Amino acid sequence: MNLLLIVFLPLLGALIPLCLYGKSRRIVSLATALPALVAFTLLVVMATQTLAGAVPQVLLPWLPELGLNLAFRLDGLSLLFSGLILGIGLLIILYAHYYLSSKDDANRFFACLLLFMASMLGIALADNLILLWVFWELTSVSSFLLIGYWFHQSDARRGARMALATTGAGGLALLAGILLIGHIVGSYELDAVFAAAEQIKNHNLYLAALILVLLGAFTKSAQFPFQFWLPHAMAAPTPVSAYLHSATMVKAGIFLMARLHPALGGTEPWFYIVTLTGLATMLFGAYFAIIKTDLKGLLAFSTISHLGLITMLLGLGTSGAVIAAMFHILNHATFKAGLFMIAGIIDHETGTRDIRRLGGLRKLMPFTYILSLITAASMAGVPLFNGFLSKEMWFTETVNQHLFGGLSWLVPVLATLGAMLSVAYSVRFVHGVFIDRPTRELPKVPHEPPFLMRAPVLIFSILCIAVGLMPMLLVSDLLTPAVAAVLGSEVPIKIALWHGFNLPLLMSLLALVGGAVIYLGRQEIFNFNRQFDQTDAKEIFETTVQKLSDGCSYVIAKLETGSLQRYMALLFAIVLIFLLPELIAIQSLTGSRPQLPIDTVSMVGAIILILASLGTAVLHRQRLTALMMLSVVGLVVSLSFAHFSAPDLAMTQLVVEVVSIILMILALFFMPQRIPRASSGRRVARDILLAGFIGGVVGTLNYAIITRPLESISVFFLNNSVSGGGGTNVVNVILVDFRGFDTLGEITVLAIAAAGIHKLLNNLRPSMPSSDVDGRPWHSIKHPMMLTTVAQMMLPLALMVSAYIFLRGHNLPGGGFIAGLVTAAAMILQYVSNGVDWMKHRFDHNYQSIAALGVMIAVFTGIGSWFFDKNFLTSWFTYVDWPIVGKFEVATAILFDLGVYLTVIGATLMILANFGQMTTRHRPTQKGH
Amino acid sequence: MEALFAITVGMLTACSVFLILRGRSFPIVVGITMLSYAVNLFLFSTGRLVIEGAPIIGNTKPIADPLPQALVLTAIVIGFAMTAYAVILAVRARGEIGSDEVNDLDHSDAEGQR
Repeated sequence: MNLLLIVFLPLLGALIPLCLYGKSRRIVSLATALPALVAFTLLVVMATQTLAGAVPQVLLPWLPELGLNLAFRLDGLSLLFSGLILGIGLLIILYAHYYLSSKDDANRFFACLLLFMASMLGIALADNLILLWVFWELTSVSSFLLIGYWFHQSDARRGARMALATTGAGGLALLAGILLIGHIVGSYELDAVFAAAEQIKNHNLYLAALILVLLGAFTKSAQFPFQFWLPHAMAAPTPVSAYLHSATMVKAGIFLMARLHPALGGTEPWFYIVTLTGLATMLFGAYFAIIKTDLKGLLAFSTISHLGLITMLLGLGTSGAVIAAMFHILNHATFKAGLFMIAGIIDHETGTRDIRRLGGLRKLMPFTYILSLITAASMAGVPLFNGFLSKEMWFTETVNQHLFGGLSWLVPVLATLGAMLSVAYSVRFVHGVFIDRPTRELPKVPHEPPFLMRAPVLIFSILCIAVGLMPMLLVSDLLTPAVAAVLGSEVPIKIALWHGFNLPLLMSLLALVGGAVIYLGRQEIFNFNRQFDQTDAKEIFETTVQKLSDGCSYVIAKLETGSLQRYMALLFAIVLIFLLPELIAIQSLTGSRPQLPIDTVSMVGAIILILASLGTAVLHRQRLTALMMLSVVGLVVSLSFAHFSAPDLAMTQLVVEVVSIILMILALFFMPQRIPRASSGRRVARDILLAGFIGGVVGTLNYAIITRPLESISVFFLNNSVSGGGGTNVVNVILVDFRGFDTLGEITVLAIAAAGIHKLLNNLRPSMPSSDVDGRPWHSIKHPMMLTTVAQMMLPLALMVSAYIFLRGHNLPGGGFIAGLVTAAAMILQYVSNGVDWMKHRFDHNYQSIAALGVMIAVFTGIGSWFFDKNFLTSWFTYVDWPIVGKFEVATAILFDLGVYLTVIGATLMILANFGQMTTRHRPTQKGH
Repeated sequence: MEALFAITVGMLTACSVFLILRGRSFPIVVGITMLSYAVNLFLFSTGRLVIEGAPIIGNTKPIADPLPQALVLTAIVIGFAMTAYAVILAVRARGEIGSDEVNDLDHSDAEGQR
C-alpha cells in the first residue's frame, strides 16, 4: 500500500500548489515539498526490504480485461531510480524556490513539477508494462508543460513542441512494442514477461518488438539520431533542465532498457543496435558540447554524450558493464544536476549564459567556483571523484569486449577519444566562466547567491567527492539489488579506487592530457566547424513537420474531391480488391448440395427480373419509366420469396414495394424535370466495368454459398417454437420472442429514421413545378371519383385483412410488421385518392405519437417480464376457449407484436403523410429544431 | 435453379451499382432501393433454396431455414426506412441547393478557403 502512496502522493500533491494561489512563495514551496518529502520517507522505510533482497509488490485491478493493473514493485532498479527522482526532486524544489523570479507563476511551476515527479515515479515503480507506458506518456506531457513554462517565449514553445512530438512519437512506438511483447507472453506483468524471456527472444516478432521498444527508449533518452530535441528543451527554466534533462526524464529511456534487459537483452540485435547507438551518441554529443557557447547547450550535449555512454554499457550487457551503467547513472545525476544548477546560478547572477561573454567570475563568486570545480572534475573523470570511477569501469569494459572481431580495438580507442572531448568541455566550462578574462562587460555585476540556493549544489559536490573516495561504503548496497534486477541474478560488486597500472588507467591519463590539448587547440576546432552550414535542428524539424503536413494535405485533396461518384467508385473498387483474391482461392465453385431443377415459372420470373433491372439502369434518365421498371423488379422479388417458401417475406416485400414506389413518385414531383447531359462515355464505360465486376463477384459468391450444404442453428428455433414461444410460424416467433430484443432495436431504428425524416421536412421549401416537363398544366381533377369511391370502400376491408393477418401471425404467415404495412398502405391510399385536407378532417392524429406508443408498448411488454422475475422480454402464453372462435392463444408476444404493428404504421405514415403534405398548406413549418 | 438465382442476384447487383455510380440523386436512390433487393435476396438465400417448405410447424415437407427469413423481414422494413431517408435527403438537398447533383461542384473554391 505504501508503494501506491509513493506514486500517488506527488500525483495528488500536484493539486496543492494550484489551491494556494495568492499565498506567499515560501508557503507554496513548502507545501510542494511536503508530499515529495513524505514519499521520500516512505521510500526510505520500504528500501530496507528491498536492500534485504525482497521485492515488495502491490496489485490493484484497474482494467484487468485489458491486462492493465495498478501494479507496482520496488526492486533494486526501481529503488535506485525512485531514490534519484525523489532525492534530486526535493533539492530541485529548494533551488527553484530561489531561482524563479517574483514575476513567474510559481504555483503552476510546482504543480507541473510534482506531476512530472509522480509520472517518473510511476515509470520507475510500475510492475505492469501498460501501466509503465501510461506514466511514460504522462512524463511526455508534463515535460511539455515544463519546457514550455515560459510560454511567452517562442523558443520555449517550439522547444516544448519538438520534445513532445519526438518523445510522443517514440511513446507510440513503445506502446506498439509493449503490445507485441504482451502478444507473445500473454501478460503485461513484469514477472510473467521476465519468465518468458526465452520465448520472447525466439519469437518471430522479437526483432520488431525490440526495435519498437528501443525507438521509445532512444527518443526519450535523446540517443542519436533522436538527440535533436534535447538542446532545444533547454529553453526551459534551469531547475527543469537540471531535473528532467540531466537526472530523470532523459534517463527514462535508459531505465526502460535496463528494465527490459532481462526480457529483451543479450541477443545479437540488442548488442549491435544498442552498443553502436550508444557509441555514436557518445561521440556526437561530446563533439558538439565543445562547440556550444551557451552554458546550458554545452551541458545538454554533454548529457547526450553521457547518456550514450550508459546506453553503450547496457548494450554490452556483461555484469561489469551493467554495474558500471548503474553506477554512472548515479554519478551522472549528481554531477550533472549540480552543473545545471551552477549554470542557472550564473545566468541568474550575471544575466547571460554565453561563455564568450562570461569570464573571471572566480573572484566574484569564489564559493560557486569551487563547487563547479568539483562537479566539472567529476564530469571529466578526474581521479578521486565519482565520475572517474565509473568512467574507468567503462574503459575496462570497452577493453574486455571482443564482439567486433578484428575491429574490437576500435571501441576503446573511440571511448578514449570521447573521454578526451569530455575533459575538454569540462575544462571549458570552468575555465571559460571563472578563470578566463571576460571579453565584455557583464549585464549585471554578479554576487554569490543565497546560501540555500547553493545548498543543493553543495550537497551534490559533497556526494561527488564522498562517493569518489568511499564507493563501496556508500553505494554498493544500493547498486547490488539494482544490478541484480537488470541481470536477473545477483553479482558481487567491487569498486576499487586503485587497480594498479593497467590499460584503463592509461586511457584515463590519455583522456586528461588529450582533453587539455584539445581545449588549448579549441580555436582550431571552432574554425573547422565554421565551414559547415549551421543548420538549426529546430528549423529542420519544423520544415520536416511542414513537409509532412503538406504531403498529407496533398493526399487529402486528391482523395477528398467532393465527388460522391469518385468516392463510390473507390469504395466499390476496394470491395473488389478484397473479394477477388478470396474468390480465386476457392477450389471448386459448386458445392455438394443437390440442386433444384429449373422450372418454367422461375425461368420466366428470372428473365423478367433481369430485363426489368437492366431497363431501370438503362432508362434511368427517363425517371418515371425507370420507376415503373423498378416496381416490376420489386414485384418479382416478392414473388420469388413466395416461390422459395418465404410467405412472410413475400407479403412484407409486396406492401413495402407499393409504399416505396408511391414515395418515389412523390419525390419525383420535387426533382428537376429535365435531366441534363448524360455522363461521358469514358465514365459510363468505367462504371459498367465496375458494376459488372461487382455483380459478377456477388453472383459467384451467392452461387458458391447456396450450392453448399447448410449447417444452421435454426434447429433450436424449430424445436422450441411451439413449446417455448407458443406459435407455429417460426419466423414470427423468432421475431417477437426468441430474438425479440433485436426486433425491439429494429422498430426503434425505424421510428428514429421516421423522426429524422420528419425533421428534414421541417421548413423545407421545395420547388414545385406547375406543369409537366412539356409545359402541360396538371389535370384539373385532383381526386377522380372512381378512385375515391373504391379507396373508401377498400379501407374497412383492408383494416379487417390487417387485423386478421396480425392475429394469425403467430401461427401462420403474417404478424405485426405485415399487418402494420397493410394498414399503412390502406391509409396512404386514402391520402392519394382523397387528398390531405380530406384526411386531416377525419383523422387528425399525429403519427409521431403512434410510432412512439408502439415502441413504448414493446418496451413495457419487455419490462413486464421483470415483475415475474423473468429476463427482459421473456414471453408467456396460454390458451383460452372463446365462444364461436374456439380455442385461442393468448400470448404476451401478441402485445409485443402490437407494439411492432403500431410502430410500423406510425413510422410509415410519418414518412409518407408528412411528405405528401409538402404541397399543401399543412406543410410543417415549425420553428427551431 | 441455384445458378439462375445467383445470376439474377448478380444482375440486380450490377444494375444497382451502376445506378449508384450516377451523378444525380434520383438514380442513386433508385440504385440503393434495388441494391437492397439484391442484398435481401442474397441474405435470404443463405438459408438455401427450398420450394414448398414454408417454415410453419406442421408443414410435412422439408422446411426452409426460418432464421434468414426473420432477418430479411426486418431488413426489408429497415431498408424501406433507409430508402425513404435517402429520398427525403435528396429532396431536401434539391430544395436547399437547387440542384440534384451529388458532386460538390464548388469544391475547388472551398479548397482555397480552407
